[in-house]
Amino acid sequence: MFVGVDVGGTNTDAVLMDGAQLVNAVKLPTTGDVTSGIISALTALLARLPAGARVDAVMVGTTHFTNALLEQRNLSPTAVVRLALPATQLLPPAVDWPAELEAALGGHTYMVGGGHEFDGREIAPLDRGELRRVAADMRSEGVTAVAVSGVFSPVNAAHEREAAAIIREESPEVRICLSHENGRMGLLERENAAALNAALGRLAEEVIESIKEALESLDVDAPLYVSQNDGTLMDAEFAARFPAFAISSGPTNSMRGAAWLSGVRDGIVVDVGGTSTDVGALVNGFPREAAVAVELAGVRTNFRMPDMVSIPLGGGTVVRTEPFGMGPESVGYRLTEEALVFGGSTLTATDLAAADGRAIVGNPQLVEGLDPSLVRLGMSEVTSRVETAIDQVKLTYEDVPVILAGGGSILLNNTLRGASQVLRPEHAGMANAIGAAIAQVGGQVERVYSLEEVSREEAIANCSAAAKARAAAAGAEPSSIEVVDIDEVPLTYVPSSATRVRVKAVGNLAQRQQAS
Amino acid sequence: MRDYGSENLWEVTESALESIAIGAGILGTGGGGNPYIGQLRARQVIREKGPVAVLSPEELPDDARVVCVGGIGAPTVGIEKVRDYQSYHALRAIEDYTGEKATALISNEIGGSNSVEPLIPAAMTGLPVVDADGMGRAFPEFQMKTFFVYGVPCCPMAVADEKGNSVVIRDTINPQWAERLARSITVQMGCVACYAVAPMSAQQVRRTAVPNSLTLARNLGDAVKQARQEGRDPLSAILEVCPGKELFGGKVMDVDRRTAAGFARGTLGIDGLDSWAGQKMEIEFQNENLVARRDGEIVCIVPDLICAVGTDLGEPVTTEMMRYGLRVTILGFPAPALWTSDEGLAVAGPRAFGYDVDYVALTV
Repeated sequence: MFVGVDVGGTNTDAVLMDGAQLVNAVKLPTTGDVTSGIISALTALLARLPAGARVDAVMVGTTHFTNALLEQRNLSPTAVVRLALPATQLLPPAVDWPAELEAALGGHTYMVGGGHEFDGREIAPLDRGELRRVAADMRSEGVTAVAVSGVFSPVNAAHEREAAAIIREESPEVRICLSHENGRMGLLERENAAALNAALGRLAEEVIESIKEALESLDVDAPLYVSQNDGTLMDAEFAARFPAFAISSGPTNSMRGAAWLSGVRDGIVVDVGGTSTDVGALVNGFPREAAVAVELAGVRTNFRMPDMVSIPLGGGTVVRTEPFGMGPESVGYRLTEEALVFGGSTLTATDLAAADGRAIVGNPQLVEGLDPSLVRLGMSEVTSRVETAIDQVKLTYEDVPVILAGGGSILLNNTLRGASQVLRPEHAGMANAIGAAIAQVGGQVERVYSLEEVSREEAIANCSAAAKARAAAAGAEPSSIEVVDIDEVPLTYVPSSATRVRVKAVGNLAQRQQAS
Repeated sequence: MRDYGSENLWEVTESALESIAIGAGILGTGGGGNPYIGQLRARQVIREKGPVAVLSPEELPDDARVVCVGGIGAPTVGIEKVRDYQSYHALRAIEDYTGEKATALISNEIGGSNSVEPLIPAAMTGLPVVDADGMGRAFPEFQMKTFFVYGVPCCPMAVADEKGNSVVIRDTINPQWAERLARSITVQMGCVACYAVAPMSAQQVRRTAVPNSLTLARNLGDAVKQARQEGRDPLSAILEVCPGKELFGGKVMDVDRRTAAGFARGTLGIDGLDSWAGQKMEIEFQNENLVARRDGEIVCIVPDLICAVGTDLGEPVTTEMMRYGLRVTILGFPAPALWTSDEGLAVAGPRAFGYDVDYVALTV
């Protein structure tokens, strides 16, 4: 059986899944340190583990790393070393970071000769002497984590690797993140991602260690996985190296859970909370990724993040009457105290839905007196805002299935423009933890091919095979591995025609046979 | 600030730079590339060296020597090997070759990231920039500059990289050859170079440059920012600053892209909303928007400007950003007069882009 845990702003949810079956679920308040809330939820869930059942894997989606960046807490003194000179001097590392974050990381940035051109030539030979001097300086400055970024390292990673070896000779203990392992083209974004991973590494190790200890004390001997923002899992060791990939896994887990609960692989998920509504598109069972740079705590990165539209509308959204208006203020988690229908004194979207009859909550008599034209106006406003958001995330003009999740989905009825059908799966309230529990393991590979040497088909086949091998290495059952995304960018400006291929393959985590 | 003897002087500060980026995005007519890195580079130099003075073409001293600088290369390489001080090195190279010192710098195009390129060498040298450019918008090809249309030679021209290499192209038989040679050099340099053209005289600038375009870009950006702050409609704020016409408003239904001969060509389909409900617009682009048809009828055509902005926030929307569901408003602005003459239309009129139709000026 699989255990899924997902940390939200308000609640920490945990579920126990036996294949497609939801066996047990627990909802507990999220704690300030996050870790103790995860451990409480795991403890409560596993206390009710059916006799003879055995846990095959534990998957955790957490907000630790987002919080650490937003609050600038638990970050390691981190240096960024760029291999690029004489190029890129005008925009040094950390150039567009918020000052507080740069200060929290210690402000150690270096630029050294090296890096490559788009076609793999060296910009300059790697400046080994200077790197040794930088390594000694970092040591004396007390730096414990280093991000190394080389220009065009996704095309040629040799300089980054050699730089890491030189730094390690000087400081064997230092944590090193190489930017080419963080993904795509875009020097500043890739470098920032490596820096965040370096800075969060120690925290990640501690968090993973305490969850592992808790599992041990609960007598669970199963591997631990952490949810990534692209909807796949990383094992504990990988997560300790790339914790920033776990940022924003919450919305992804909700969307994946909603897809799984409804059986829909291509459609739109509308997750209506108390304050806001997240609308995102599912493509092949995964959230569609944002194409533009994503800012995390004010830092531009190229993380694979779900492409979502968030609108300030939820069950607790405050309704004004003179003149009419809805939100963005919300009573949020105080809904059951403050809304009229629960005996409170604030008119909320939920009150209008209760008066309209679409929501069966609280004491309907308390909203009987509401002006019917106000109720109609409010409901049509809610519907039209959600329909606009659906339309914004849709890929085509054809109608698609819409899956409703979240407690605030009582605001909506079953006809929405743009929807071929509206689905409200059972257990939608636990979609996030279910999303964590059913997450797959994946592998993504990006390579540049010269089309004078191989055909386009051969290039894609070669890249697909590499991605599948990476998914298998991550623990996917080989028979379940499939390619879910192929992205091809022809490099039209390169005289010898070249193309950049990116392939993502995913597979189900192997579930062990029940002990007999 | 130095005394430039100017009455209408203003300065490009960090905050003005932000406005220019918005305005240049709008005037980029869908092209001009991602402005983030260009804006960041200019901001770094201005932060370190101080603001850049802006001189109107009329106020240029008669003996002024004005150098046009710009970027050349591949935007997809520019996000990785981010541009450096190449335009400064190109400026120095052309000064050395011609033996003339520049007294002011000028943009080759006001649309997109090239609009801020001269600010970098200007901040480094203390030279002013001229409130004018060579397009008054964005265009895809090097030769499509008003300077060259009206007889300013495009050579000698220097191309420089970030390593210290610079090449001077002494002479070519036409601007197309200059583009071809400069591009080959750029590839060898690693695809992220800058060029500087031999100095123009004040008289040449007054005769051949599109005037007041930097001020226009700043004013457009200021109007959008202010309208957002005050909760007013940014679209009418844009039209108050720059006389033009709302051509259409709706949501993007379809984007058909093909890459042909190094250009992003394609067609954009928009379905009308609100006052445009029931009508359709189709826009053909080649990096920049070229032709807008409403219900099959041409309502605006190159060199007039066809600009897409977000309906709610007034932010510029480039052709790369277009995708299904976006709410956009299409604005049309008359082309600068330098483009609507016979000479101008021969280089950048409908036929120069392969459309067998006559140019019909947009009326506003």
